[in-house]
Amino acid sequence: MSIEMSKNSRMKENELLGEIRRAVIAYDEKTAVEAVKTTLELGMSPKRVLEEGLITGIQEVGNLFAQEKIFIPEVMLSAEVFNLAVKLIRPAILSKGEEVEIPGTVLIGTVAGDIHDLGKSLVATLLTASGFEVLDLGTDVSAEVFVRKVRELNPDVLALSALMSTSMLEQREVIRSLIKEGLRSSVKVIVGGAPVTDEWSDQIGADGYAPNAHEAVDLVKRILKKG
Amino acid sequence: MNDHIIKNTPNLRFLSNEAIERVHESSIQLLEDVGVTVESGEALNILREGGADIDESRKKAKIPSSLIEEALRKTPHRLTVYSRDGKHNLNLTENNVYFDPGSAAISLLDYGEEEPRPPTLKDVRDFAVVVDSLKNIQAQSTALVPMDLPENLRDRIRLYVVLKYSTKPVVTGAFTVEGISDMKHMLEIVSDGRSLKLRPTAIFDVCPSPPLKWSHLAARNLMDCAEAGLPVELVSMPQTSATAPATLAGCLIQHNAEVLSGIAMVQLTAAGTPVIYGGSPALFDPRHGTSVMASPEVLLICCGYVDIAKHYGLPTHAYLGMSDAKVIDYQAGFETALGALIGALKGINIISGAGMIEFERCQSLEKLVLDEEICGYVYRIARGIDMDEETPMTQLFQDATAKGHFLSQRHTVEWLRREQHTPSQLVDRRDRSTWRALGGLDALKRARTRVKEILSHHQPEPLQPDVEKELNKFAVSICRPHGLPHLMV
Repeated sequence: MSIEMSKNSRMKENELLGEIRRAVIAYDEKTAVEAVKTTLELGMSPKRVLEEGLITGIQEVGNLFAQEKIFIPEVMLSAEVFNLAVKLIRPAILSKGEEVEIPGTVLIGTVAGDIHDLGKSLVATLLTASGFEVLDLGTDVSAEVFVRKVRELNPDVLALSALMSTSMLEQREVIRSLIKEGLRSSVKVIVGGAPVTDEWSDQIGADGYAPNAHEAVDLVKRILKKG
Repeated sequence: MNDHIIKNTPNLRFLSNEAIERVHESSIQLLEDVGVTVESGEALNILREGGADIDESRKKAKIPSSLIEEALRKTPHRLTVYSRDGKHNLNLTENNVYFDPGSAAISLLDYGEEEPRPPTLKDVRDFAVVVDSLKNIQAQSTALVPMDLPENLRDRIRLYVVLKYSTKPVVTGAFTVEGISDMKHMLEIVSDGRSLKLRPTAIFDVCPSPPLKWSHLAARNLMDCAEAGLPVELVSMPQTSATAPATLAGCLIQHNAEVLSGIAMVQLTAAGTPVIYGGSPALFDPRHGTSVMASPEVLLICCGYVDIAKHYGLPTHAYLGMSDAKVIDYQAGFETALGALIGALKGINIISGAGMIEFERCQSLEKLVLDEEICGYVYRIARGIDMDEETPMTQLFQDATAKGHFLSQRHTVEWLRREQHTPSQLVDRRDRSTWRALGGLDALKRARTRVKEILSHHQPEPLQPDVEKELNKFAVSICRPHGLPHLMV
């Protein structure tokens, strides 16, 4: 009897995980949220829901995008559903004290004086679709806020976006502030945006530069592997 | 959505109604006063019976306007040409546009070569296979002349190969008088018992010889096609300043007179035979003495006669969307794109030329796959601007401005695929760094890779085994008298 029951509940759990994966892929917010809530009510391992449901789902989105079966707007919608569901499940993971294996966390934002969102959002989306935990601070973010968030959240990578040659200078200011606050060695800093080059990245002491969103993902993977 | 049915196309007009009327009247006058030379006794006979004034010794026929008007009345206003699988039918009416490769090339330019070479039977097969795989090239043509075969077999055997390796309808033609009946027989074998008259699967090009002359071969081809119920595409070829007047208006009058005399012969032979009003005008280059096929003037002559053809209500054709370049370069691209685009916006039903360079002499597989991309762009432009959308814009803009962009709007996902034409990777739209990382290849190099991929992967739908056996048997039977025991293709 009890074997039968556990078999049933295992089936139910697998069904829910499948539903979550499909909902992420289909950017079906309602279904994703309901399914995640059900897993919590059933007392499922939130770590398992995150890893086998949400992350597996968003990685499949990344694969579909790489195969050109879906386009950037669909990936963005999926990433939004993914982020919302992760928010729901994070408190449960923290309260259970479970260790979640995430390839890394990335704090991202467009620097002060620059309100360009698109490039930064593309990078954030593709990082999310590659399984990274991405914390997007938005646009026109001051050095002060970047520093505070690095201290609070302890991300593996800080990604600074700038579209204009004038705002690009602000990337150097953020790095200087990190040094001043003694945080520079705790986080890898990458820079991007239309005017940014490898030379600029070296000049301001960043850890890397990528010319497009795809290469930004590769860059993050590469510098985290190096440790 | 059917890409080939064009709904919102900007309607280009090159001739006013008065101008069309003037060209019509002038060409009627020309046929009455000057007449056409017809080098076939049989054709002169039917013209005489139809009321034309025949000068036997000079092989001239002066055709009265009543005969022309009657012939125009008998010509169908629409024509469907069927594909073997029913999936690629050509619905030749209104402004529907279909592309097919430029046909009967006597040379082939291989990738990386500067000098073309004579095509072989195997090239005919490879070409047919590549065309079969291309979405925007809706019809086959017997594009290459297999120069490794005896001369008077070439017209028929190239059709044999195309029928074997593709399901698409075929634009073809005969180089010999006996060609038509053999080609008709092959089409009948492949039609597997279905009537070719009711369900034509090929179109036959027949060309008058400018100025105002029908050769023995062309006149016989016209009559034989009409008797067999095969659709005829009349391809007049005035060469402005050489075999036609230097004025474009004069060319139009000659072009129209030639086509109208062809229509008369076809309808006198068998009333109701489908005719496509086509052409391949040219320009005599006064500096080099060459016959230029992709000049702006040629484009204007095509659009002019198509205005006239549409006034008659006939299906239309033109040789456009090709180039006179010698290699696949900038000139090859821009001449091809201009012709294909203007031709499509003019609503020309069949646009022949894909793959072709060098005055309709030379074909290239790499150019063919690049031209497929041009056709994709052209179809998108011809589809015009869709004004059917009913999304409330206020809500959309409120949501998007809050986010700063439209990327993650459901509206975007819903409409993006409908609005945007997605070219293949032959068209480079990557950023420089990614482009470089992928090898930094130019369009021609990418095309080379594409051709190789198609040739190693594309499998055309085979004929039914018994049909294929019969077709092979027939092909061998017409080859044997020429000392060819079998066909290795």
